[in-house]
Amino acid sequence: MDNSTIAIVIIWGMVFIYSILGSIDFGAGFWAMVYKTDANAGKIANRYLSPSWEVTNVFLVLLVVSLAAFFPHSAGILGTILIVPVCLVLLLLLIRSAFLVYSFSVKAYGRVLNIVSGLTGLLIPGLLVSVLPVTLGGFIDTAGEHPSLPLGRLFSSPSLYAHVGFGLSVELFLSALFLADYSHEAENREAYRLFRRAAIGLGPTALGMALLTAFTMVPEAHWIVENMQRQAPWFLLSVAAFAVGYTALWWKRRDGGHGFPRVAVISVVAQLGLASYAYGAAHMPYIVYPFSTVERGFTNDAMFYSLLGGYVVGALVFLPVFYLFWRLFLKDKRYLKTE
Amino acid sequence: MDQVTLARALFGSSMAFHIIFATLGVGVPLMIAAAETLFQIKKDKDYETMAKRWTKGFAVLLGVAIPSGTIVGTMLTLLWPGFMEIVGQVIALPFQIEIFAFFLEALFMSIYVYAADRLSPGMRILSVTLVALGASASAVLITDAQAWMNTPQGFRYDNGVVTDVHPWQAFFNPSFFVTAGHVLVSAYMTGAFAIASIGAYQLLRGRHSERVFAYHRKGLFLGLAIGGIMSLLTALNGHETAQMLHKHQPEKLAASEGLFHTTAYAPLVVFGTPDPEVGEVVGGIKLPWMLSFLATNRFDGVVKGLYDYPREDWPPLYVHTLFNLMVGIGTLLIGYALLAVLYRYIRKRPFPRWLLLLFLTGGPLAMIGIETGWIFSCSARQPWTIYHIQRTSEAAIKSGNLGMLFVLFLSIYAVLLVLTVLVLTFYFRRHPVSAVLDKTT
Ligand code: HDD
Ligand code: HEM
Ligand code: HEM
Repeated sequence: MDNSTIAIVIIWGMVFIYSILGSIDFGAGFWAMVYKTDANAGKIANRYLSPSWEVTNVFLVLLVVSLAAFFPHSAGILGTILIVPVCLVLLLLLIRSAFLVYSFSVKAYGRVLNIVSGLTGLLIPGLLVSVLPVTLGGFIDTAGEHPSLPLGRLFSSPSLYAHVGFGLSVELFLSALFLADYSHEAENREAYRLFRRAAIGLGPTALGMALLTAFTMVPEAHWIVENMQRQAPWFLLSVAAFAVGYTALWWKRRDGGHGFPRVAVISVVAQLGLASYAYGAAHMPYIVYPFSTVERGFTNDAMFYSLLGGYVVGALVFLPVFYLFWRLFLKDKRYLKTE
Repeated sequence: MDQVTLARALFGSSMAFHIIFATLGVGVPLMIAAAETLFQIKKDKDYETMAKRWTKGFAVLLGVAIPSGTIVGTMLTLLWPGFMEIVGQVIALPFQIEIFAFFLEALFMSIYVYAADRLSPGMRILSVTLVALGASASAVLITDAQAWMNTPQGFRYDNGVVTDVHPWQAFFNPSFFVTAGHVLVSAYMTGAFAIASIGAYQLLRGRHSERVFAYHRKGLFLGLAIGGIMSLLTALNGHETAQMLHKHQPEKLAASEGLFHTTAYAPLVVFGTPDPEVGEVVGGIKLPWMLSFLATNRFDGVVKGLYDYPREDWPPLYVHTLFNLMVGIGTLLIGYALLAVLYRYIRKRPFPRWLLLLFLTGGPLAMIGIETGWIFSCSARQPWTIYHIQRTSEAAIKSGNLGMLFVLFLSIYAVLLVLTVLVLTFYFRRHPVSAVLDKTT
């Protein structure tokens, strides 16, 4: 593998990690709003969210910084084209995080604050997903001196809405699944029942939206549809992983209960990994079609090696800390069961 | 406004917003760590209460610091694509390492707040120290990027092409250590004076039990003590920073002092308006020979004036006022700390009301010092984004709806400033310290 390929694989890894963590994070905000009155389920969602949202946010920053560092030229083009949607995401993010911490402090206005953070939890991923169809080409206006994004054309395209629908259904499915597992770990039957039911409804929706997205691609994006056909084996594997994860929600337990949520979460994450690997491979060699390829957007080798060293050292130092974090907030019964 | 001006306005105001929360995010953890440590040493419960309450406020501030930092970080790529293309090739390291500082702070902040009851005292001090360390490291690292913009090195740049890159040379650029030191100590002093302001406010309000008064006196004095030390360090290090400017960015120093003619025995002029037609500062207070001394440590040192540079490379002249404000505030706050020492240790009297009123202004003044200092540093670099390498007009985004975005961002910043103050006031009114203190005695 040459250096630019290694770099894009690292970026892909970060997109993947953030899409998992971000989905769970924003989804948990949404579920905390929906199940506000079902005290147990809402509490479980908030219990996960309180210590974790800051850490999740750092992964977003990690993604932005790594993209700008490994592919400075592509980041410049993406930024120029996407300035309006990305700024809207940033504004919503600011509002959401602020209201999240406000609501931890000011219980009296909890409901209003809760709704704000819940709704932004839907809007932010929706807007973030709109980056995908834009990188496929077709929406960018090259008539002027510099490429720009006519928002009218983007927002009147069915392809955009298919992407957004797909992103939202995956977000809600994954977060429901994760929270089902979290409630199971907390031995909270009532919350587990609610989240399991939500996941059962959302799983097939997500799969259906994925197909719909592929069918509504704009003509300019047909290059990726063709490439994706070549990745068919990976997509098939991914569907198989989904099947395992989804049915795991019904497997009988020895104690008489239904479902192995841990198996379901792991399989569905594997499914998303396989599918997004296949999608990423089909996206190569373009970062933004047809303006920027992996090779042309790449930084120099000296910078690449320094950055690589930084990631290796950083990962080694932080793995134990992440393990500690996981022990304290995702495993420790004293935290999971606090009232 | 044209595209470049709009980009500057949008970015500058976003930075000015982030810096409020970010600076407190660096300064307050140090105060929390100090209070936790005092509690473990003196076994005085008041300090534990302080640490807890400051942490509560800090968590709210962090809720705004983090997303607003995410905003400026992303905006850097959005608004300055030309700049980021060079950054990505030359000075990406501090940005990358900073991420790990963020992880450190975010992870241990959650551990300190949500797992406090499950931690041993030693682990508690360790977590809060790591939070403070993470915040300080993130300030140092981002300042490295800024220092490199002022004194760029570690690469060659010809005809828009970057070659011969040495990432670590860029990292250890000549102004890194002084500037990072200045940013750190000024942030600590701001956090400390902010805490002192709150203490002064509570003492002025009266209507407390003696127990509560004692608590606030301890908080006030801790703030003044750390604030005083840090303001001394800030001034000492600021002097070194000015000498760095003399060596590496003479136009900037000249603009900050309104010096037009290159000369030995250059005077320091406080306030007034630099007038390029007259060739000096009009209406200021002149301290003869002092600028030469400040810049070179000797009265006959030669300091360069603006006339040595082409007019289109001059920084804006209003930076003189910004610089005066920062230095003036620094001097004033050292005075505050001296007064505190005088009353407490020499006259051995409680602080009189007028002094408490002065202390009340310390926090806001320090914050103004931070704001003017940063706006000075960034504006006096103009017209360059990367000093003598890239002009701001070459760095800026070429298309996009910036006007609408500018209005949108400004209004949200204003709303969040107000809301944050309201939330903090509401919370601390609802949970007065008297309730905690009466329980523990
Ligand atoms: C409470 C805040 C505060 C106070 C009291 C001072 N400073 Fe400062 N100063 C800053 C906060 C600050 C800052 C916000 O942190 C800056 C902006 C950019 C930077 O690197 O630090 C800064 C920049 C800065 C610069 C420009 C560096 C550059 O552009 O590269 C100089 C020359 C000084 N300072 C000098 C001083 C002196 C001689 C002071 C005398 C007391 C002083 N500062 C007090
Ligand atoms: C001297 C000026 C600055 C100081 C002292 C400062 C300090 C801080 C602090 C203390 C935080 C909270 C960290 C955390 O808990 O994660 C923060 C967040 C952040 N800052 Fe700044 N910052 C400064 C300038 C900047 C600039 C210029 C940028 C962008 C280029 C930036 C980017 C960020 C980002 C991306 C975050 C969010 C990190 C997260 O998600 O946790 N900061 N900053
Ligand atoms: C945190 C406090 C800061 C404030 C209040 C601040 C303020 C400003 C202002 C007002 C401008 C517009 C300057 C002008 O056009 O006259 C500006 C520009 C800029 N600043 Fe800063 N700044 C801060 C920190 C930083 C840091 C730490 C960096 C480094 C990463 C940075 C990078 C830039 C860049 C890239 C520009 C745009 C290009 C330019 O005008 O040179 N700023 N900032």
